[in-house]
Amino acid sequence: MSSTGTTTSRRGRRAARILAIAATVMTTALVATGCSAGGGGDSNTIKIAYQKFGTFTQLDAHLKEVKKSFEKANPGMTVQLEPIAAQNDDYYTKLALMERAPSTAPDVIYEDTFKVKADAEAGYLLPLDKYTAKWADWSKFYDNAKEAGVGTDGKTYGIPMGTDTRALWYNKDLFKKAGLTVPWEPKTWDDVLSAAKTIKSKLPDVVPLNVYSGKPQGEGSTMQGFEMLLYGTPNGTLYDDASKKWITGSSNFTDSLGFIKDVYQGGVGPTPEQALDTNISTVVGGEWLPKGKLAIDLDGSWLSGTWLSTGTNPWPEWSKVMGQVGMPTQNGEAPGVNSMSGGWTLAVGATSKNSDKAFDFIADALDKDGSMSYDIAASQIAVRSDVATDPDYADSNPSFKFFSSLVKDTHFRPATTDYSQISNQITVAMEAVMTGQQTPEEAAKAYDTALTGIVGADKTVSK
Amino acid sequence: MATIAPTPLGKDTDPAGGRGSSGTPSQGPRPGSARARNIRTVGRTIPLVPSMVLLALFLLGPIVSSFYGSLTNASLTGAAAQKSSFIGLDNYVKLFNSPDFPKSIVLTLVFLFASAVIGQNVLGLGLALLMRSANPGVRSLVGTFVVAAWVLPEIVAAFAAYAFFNQTGTLNTVLAWFGIEGANWLYTFPMIAVILANIWRGTAFSMLVYAAAVQEVPPEITESAEVDGAGGFKRLIYITLPVIRRSISTNLMLTTLQTLSVFTLIFVMTGGGPGTNSSTLPILAYQEAFKFSQLGFGTAIATIMLLIGAIFSIVYIRALKPEVD
Repeated sequence: MSSTGTTTSRRGRRAARILAIAATVMTTALVATGCSAGGGGDSNTIKIAYQKFGTFTQLDAHLKEVKKSFEKANPGMTVQLEPIAAQNDDYYTKLALMERAPSTAPDVIYEDTFKVKADAEAGYLLPLDKYTAKWADWSKFYDNAKEAGVGTDGKTYGIPMGTDTRALWYNKDLFKKAGLTVPWEPKTWDDVLSAAKTIKSKLPDVVPLNVYSGKPQGEGSTMQGFEMLLYGTPNGTLYDDASKKWITGSSNFTDSLGFIKDVYQGGVGPTPEQALDTNISTVVGGEWLPKGKLAIDLDGSWLSGTWLSTGTNPWPEWSKVMGQVGMPTQNGEAPGVNSMSGGWTLAVGATSKNSDKAFDFIADALDKDGSMSYDIAASQIAVRSDVATDPDYADSNPSFKFFSSLVKDTHFRPATTDYSQISNQITVAMEAVMTGQQTPEEAAKAYDTALTGIVGADKTVSK
Repeated sequence: MATIAPTPLGKDTDPAGGRGSSGTPSQGPRPGSARARNIRTVGRTIPLVPSMVLLALFLLGPIVSSFYGSLTNASLTGAAAQKSSFIGLDNYVKLFNSPDFPKSIVLTLVFLFASAVIGQNVLGLGLALLMRSANPGVRSLVGTFVVAAWVLPEIVAAFAAYAFFNQTGTLNTVLAWFGIEGANWLYTFPMIAVILANIWRGTAFSMLVYAAAVQEVPPEITESAEVDGAGGFKRLIYITLPVIRRSISTNLMLTTLQTLSVFTLIFVMTGGGPGTNSSTLPILAYQEAFKFSQLGFGTAIATIMLLIGAIFSIVYIRALKPEVD
């Protein structure tokens, strides 16, 4: 190459220089335009990111009301509502992608309690302690509810909106038609399956039992489905709080997958392809239950929200037709029923240009009246003592009393930052079992391998 | 760019070793001299520079950044979202130990061979040959139907395919008229459904390429072969295929690369399921990166896809030698 180099003339060099300059200018221009994503929005606008999907429209309605009152009380401020129409995992993904860039990061975020720790560690959320210290209402929130919004560093990142419990919903009319006793009182998993089998033989056109399962439902499958089973087995848990280790090789895990197999491969559930439809939760609440196409549904306390006059599928007769009963433990072990609790919070984005106003918005949305109207509309279990004891709240929904009674036997998901990744692996195991691709034993083994890959062998313990 | 020498030159001296150079630079180059040739080369490269810069920026850039990303633990949530760290080949080790990965490779290859290499190419060539001898009415009718699938945006084509194969879809409705109870295609035979859908969607492209190519087969060669007693099949093997070899190579490469990256069609029709029964590499990469938030791991899968694409391209170029006539 050197020989050609030595013959380069001035003209060549001039050409080279022009070329180099042109290239530099062009590269700079391209890079500059590509990276000019500095700060969108201004401090007079607060952006609210939240989920609005299927039958879940109550939060949208609530935030629209708060926006009106907030803008009236703060002249010059604009509240920009950004509903994200996506299901479970997709909502988290879209949210995370928004949060990654300062120009798109929202000021107020509707945040699931199980994501708080991971997202706080990701630097997406702002610690709220300096605001809650001065907020008179903060003392009204129950301590265990406050705990759900705390990050691994002990700071508060989310203000709880409400909590939930889970149980079996059943259609009393269908039960009577199938000759089953009402009120239904299953004591073991087998009782649940045998009722489902009776319905299958007596009412072949009805789906006997729905248990959420598989990847499309994301965390909904893990919590409403799998954990409602696992935490009802003897000492069943995913995570040992005392030793801070994850459980592998547990027969409880295999048994819980076995139940999923019995439901889907045993023909008493929806067909696997119905269950693997992203919209199944919308279909269950909006169509199958109101139209009497589903007899038993393992679902959340919020389910009735869609049937209220304010919901997307008003069904005035729901409280007469639908019964609720606790999900029994595997063989009827004490305390007899199992439930899981989660809930959602409102959080402030870490890069918010106006975090003071963002918190004011949250305080406005979750003051006593705000919390109460939202908890009633979305059928949430209240987390403020003044709301929970208010007769207007307690009498507004006949199922509140039952679901609140489950709180004493409820369980919470492992509060670690890697839980959401582990939850994904549980949905993978469920899907493999429900489609018959793996036996419960194989799927449990694959889960153990994936779990060890996520947390490391030193953080697992075999039981 | 290498022709622009890093060696600095004296203002008016020609350092020793200047190959074939005669006279000092101040005299200017003479046409035909090596220097003039070099200048001409530089001059001719200049118009290419913008495109080279753009290619480097928009093609090489993403490749490099994807490769680097696959060596980190980048994530959408958790501590790694704030500050990802370099973890070497851990993602690849994890990937090769995962039971989903070999299955996904096999599914991708099956999808590739069945729908692109065999389906689209053979069907496309067959249609092109048949249409050459068909009457114009039939030709335009068939052409319209085949090209219609190609004209549809991918998402629309995917929904159309979903509506066709779905349990209560068109296919089963039509089968029911004849008293046949159709299977639940998307659930029981997910790969067959997506392969057929991709053939339906992609055949038009191959057909158009081959229709143009077979026009180029000189009729006199075909005729003399006919005189020598070569039948239709022999004419296809010994005359048509060798002549359109280059089109075959180009078309195979394009359809392979296109099919390798098919995402929307499969995602809409089966979502990669049931389980992982139709999770080809793009679906698996999406699932890991965006459903399970592990960007680094998902990127590792994408990098593997890149390698597979590169291997196929090299094989086609070598095997079919498009440059030799």
